[in-house]
Amino acid sequence: MFSFIVRRIFSSIPTMLILILISFALMRFAPGSPFSTERGLPPEVLANLEAKYGLNLPWFEQLFTYIKNILFHFDFGPSFKYKDISVNEILAQGFPVTLTYGLWSFVVAVTVGIPLGIIAAIRHNTALDYAAVGITIGAQVLPNFVMAPILVIIFSLWLEWLPGGGWNGGQWQYVILPVIALSTSYMASIARIARSSMLEVLHSNFIRTAKAKGLPMRNIILRHALKPALLPVVTYLGPAFVGMITGSVVIDMYFSTGGMGQFFVDAALSRDYSLLMGVTILFGVMTILFNAVVDIAYAWLDPKIRL
Amino acid sequence: MALHNLKPYEDRILIDNKNNFKKVAMATAIAAATVFTSMSAFSAVHPVTGETLAADQTYTYRLLDGIPTMDPTLGEDVNGSQIMRDLFEGLLNQDASGAEEPGVALGYDVSADGKTYTFNLRKSNWSNGDPVTAHDFVYAWQRAVDPKTAASYQWYMKMMNVVNINAVADGKMAVDQLGVKADGDYKFVVSLDAPLPYFASMVTHPVTFPVHKATVEKHGQAWTRPENMVSNGAYKLTEWVLKERNVRERNTAYWNNDATILDKVVALVINDENQALIRYKAGDLDQTEVPAGQYPAMKKSLPNEATSFPRLCNYYYTFNLSDNGPEVFKDLRVRKALSYAIDRDVIVNNVTKGGQYPAYSFTPAATSGFKMPTIDYSKWSQKDRDAKAVALLAEAGYGKGMKTLKFDMLYNSSESHKKIATVMAQMWKQKLGVEAVLANQEWKTFLETRKTGGFQLARGAWCGDYNEASTFLDLVTTEAGYNHGRWVNKEVDQLMSDAKTATDPNINYTRVEQIMAADMPVIPVYHYTGVLMLKENFKGYPINNVQTTTYSRVMYKTAK
Repeated sequence: MFSFIVRRIFSSIPTMLILILISFALMRFAPGSPFSTERGLPPEVLANLEAKYGLNLPWFEQLFTYIKNILFHFDFGPSFKYKDISVNEILAQGFPVTLTYGLWSFVVAVTVGIPLGIIAAIRHNTALDYAAVGITIGAQVLPNFVMAPILVIIFSLWLEWLPGGGWNGGQWQYVILPVIALSTSYMASIARIARSSMLEVLHSNFIRTAKAKGLPMRNIILRHALKPALLPVVTYLGPAFVGMITGSVVIDMYFSTGGMGQFFVDAALSRDYSLLMGVTILFGVMTILFNAVVDIAYAWLDPKIRL
Repeated sequence: MALHNLKPYEDRILIDNKNNFKKVAMATAIAAATVFTSMSAFSAVHPVTGETLAADQTYTYRLLDGIPTMDPTLGEDVNGSQIMRDLFEGLLNQDASGAEEPGVALGYDVSADGKTYTFNLRKSNWSNGDPVTAHDFVYAWQRAVDPKTAASYQWYMKMMNVVNINAVADGKMAVDQLGVKADGDYKFVVSLDAPLPYFASMVTHPVTFPVHKATVEKHGQAWTRPENMVSNGAYKLTEWVLKERNVRERNTAYWNNDATILDKVVALVINDENQALIRYKAGDLDQTEVPAGQYPAMKKSLPNEATSFPRLCNYYYTFNLSDNGPEVFKDLRVRKALSYAIDRDVIVNNVTKGGQYPAYSFTPAATSGFKMPTIDYSKWSQKDRDAKAVALLAEAGYGKGMKTLKFDMLYNSSESHKKIATVMAQMWKQKLGVEAVLANQEWKTFLETRKTGGFQLARGAWCGDYNEASTFLDLVTTEAGYNHGRWVNKEVDQLMSDAKTATDPNINYTRVEQIMAADMPVIPVYHYTGVLMLKENFKGYPINNVQTTTYSRVMYKTAK
């Protein structure tokens, strides 16, 4: 098991390097520069700006300095757009926000999704099952950019229960709507995966054997069916978890949380090279890390993988 | 007092949760406290208008996006400038109509030759108690011009004709050679190479604001953090969460603090304008933009809140007249035909719908001092314009039964630009049989394409940096960085260069507009309006100032 974990971690290093290289190259190929404005800057000012941000150096030197600063100083450089703020500060400000609503969304999605799917499978072809399927299909097809404004209209404008946006340091009232909007479709996917996988397991031979032995249904499900039924769910949870904690442009835009999601888009549009790299690397590390965690969890759940 | 800092919705949450006795009790206590404090504030009336003021003087408005910088020298965006004007105060301010009024300078003297301006500064203090002196201005101006600072608005400083400014800006001369000096602590003297009639109006811009040298030098780029910033405006920065909120509160060290009414100004970042409108309706905001096209509906449902007022911004399409551009645009008849065939009334009344003004000139009519020339086709009926357009295009060899004129029309990606481009292309197709192919590019790509001349017809827009026609007309001179269409007219260059020293430059501007109407290097489409929702009890927003130069210290909220 230990060597599996070590192997898994080492194999992610080249992935990370490729990610950095490709995003660096793509960014430089995009037309325009962080300093392009309508009027255009005089050449002297432009030269000064480029010198200030090291853009006058050859590209490999820029890349090398960049990676070196990250590895040895944990410094992602200055932001090009936000002139008095460094990328480190932006990440430090935005990531906790995203992490907070992402973690809560994950908790909600899992604690509602898995039981919902399992119960629907156990009560297969009953009204309860149909209701669960109906709700999850609805929740899955309703995009969060439709849901977000609807939530705000209902809970802020009509009922006046919750603030329609903002973060306010993560006060609980401000977290609820983003969590609902973000978790719903994940919850629905989890429920649907859990339901179909549970159904499959319940029809398998070993469950029939267990039933034939006269074990109570409760025991069959908890002791025998649950673990194999959760395997596909776990596979999905890794990317879902990363998806949630790295935030969402839509959630950030509609609820003005100040989270990381919108910086991704914003940095690309404003050609804020260092911010875009910082966000990409952060998200890349998260993705790779949690995929590794999923692989390890998988190995624990299913001994076949470890071989 | 602290109770007043609770957000309105927090009160609501407490009150709405009726099952919880404790919370209801708390809410009651808060309500009682509010009544109590507002009773004590009952005597508060506006010193000029006599209106009863609201107890809670917190003004909350929507920002489209995070502010790139809190450093007045580095700023370049309109929303940032609004905040800068609250945090800092320059030599002169603008009053509600946009005219200059004293700021840190009580007034100024101009030498007989118009080349030396002496600003007499008042005794005022920074938020940390240090006096604001002429040395602070000298430092700030040198810093803005210094190439090491790499300020985007360095060009603005250059336009002020200060002695040696070009050499200093290019790094060929030390910054202390710049033609600004402190004569004692309270006289700031600026020497100009040549007289500039609108010089005084230019010192209301944030790039000319003073900064506190010791703070900048001590903290470097982190000097703008709320905990470090030392400022001299009516407000202090107390909170700045990049993409969430920006909060500023009354600066008690401000020289005219007694006249400030709003205690707190909160800017909330809300990207989506429709979402902002919902939150405005929910009472979270006192001011927000009306989303494009929704003005008539808002005016109907909330007539006392929906407001439209002229702004100093133009919207146009520019022909590419450079060698990269299509040969056919070099034909004046084609340019005129395309411009004539656009029914601007349809665009402002049926597409933008925010009270915008149809444009036949580059400079908005609302620009101070600008005398609009008689532009022939602005007086014609659309039917006459269309007939003339068909005739001109036929002369050039295009039209029904002849060659089909075909070109690309480029704009930056946005729903409203798309609508306008579609309507324009449709007008050309129906009236002239012209095929305009629509293309859009994301902003930075669009700018690059425009700059490198890789377009045929491209959208352009400009908002005046100061209230004088040259802020627009300088853009069409041969040298101008934004003249991406590469229109070259020697007479215009001469007129604009003469205007810098003319006693009445507006004569020159009027002439330039006449030349533009005759040569049609661009197709003016409309002049912008500001379209805002303003809560009925929120007063003092500068809707009569075409530059919408805001100062929160003159705004206030009346009791409902």
